[in-house]
Amino acid sequence: MARAATTTDAFNAVAEPRRRQILDLLAAGERPVNDLVELLGLAQPQVSKHLRVLREVDLVHVRDEGRQRMYRLNAEPLKDIHDWLATYEQCWNKRFDLMDDVLDELKKAQEKDDNDD
Amino acid sequence: MTTTTSGTAKVTLPADQQILITREFNAPKHLVWTAYTTPDLIKRWWSGDKGTVTSAQVDLRVGGKWRYVMEANAGFEVAFRGEYREIAAPDRLVSTEIFEGIPDPDEHAGLITVTLTEKDGRTYLEMLCEYRDKTDRDAVIDSGMETGMQESMDALEKVAVSLG
Repeated sequence: MARAATTTDAFNAVAEPRRRQILDLLAAGERPVNDLVELLGLAQPQVSKHLRVLREVDLVHVRDEGRQRMYRLNAEPLKDIHDWLATYEQCWNKRFDLMDDVLDELKKAQEKDDNDD
Repeated sequence: MTTTTSGTAKVTLPADQQILITREFNAPKHLVWTAYTTPDLIKRWWSGDKGTVTSAQVDLRVGGKWRYVMEANAGFEVAFRGEYREIAAPDRLVSTEIFEGIPDPDEHAGLITVTLTEKDGRTYLEMLCEYRDKTDRDAVIDSGMETGMQESMDALEKVAVSLG
């Protein structure tokens, strides 16, 4: 399977588990990059790479405070993703909720068969 | 005793041309497989709250075809079809998916890989939908939105009642 060549928007940026982790950490408040390195247990270049991707899609904002670079979450693009996917997701929720009903019946039928044996 | 702790479908976008849908079911995987591949059962869930499935054809063998038709609440018909590529019951099913309602539908076929994993009697479903590019992928997500807006609460209620 071909890998996506670039992370072009917020939709893809949050598909990466480590980047979601970074966003979770920043959701609690602004943090310097060293904090993130420590909390994630990753090497600084890796963390910087993820942060760069997140900045490119405007999910994090950065400012300099003395010698520290401080990162904070900008949730606006996430809301766009959420809104965009919500209806599609809802469509699958409805389908699977109905499948739950079917599965309950199948389970009952199977239990009955098992008891009959 | 069966207690349904109904999971929630999660949709993520692992790559530009992909959609990944996951959901947990309170049932063993062979039953999820049955619900997923048996025409009479497909008819009961596939349309969600968007209409009624009027036809579900399944020729479950490699190279075999499937076709589902739904009459949407708003009155129009929607049909999807495809071909089975890989069948490993009850673990993995790979098929193409073509929406008949667009020009040159075959050009825009999606590839759907369904994987079922069972743990403690519960089944974790993963459905990876791959399209030829981001445009096609985005169109699939957008189409859900359009159909969604066409339905009325009345119609929704009717389906719920009829499914009792």
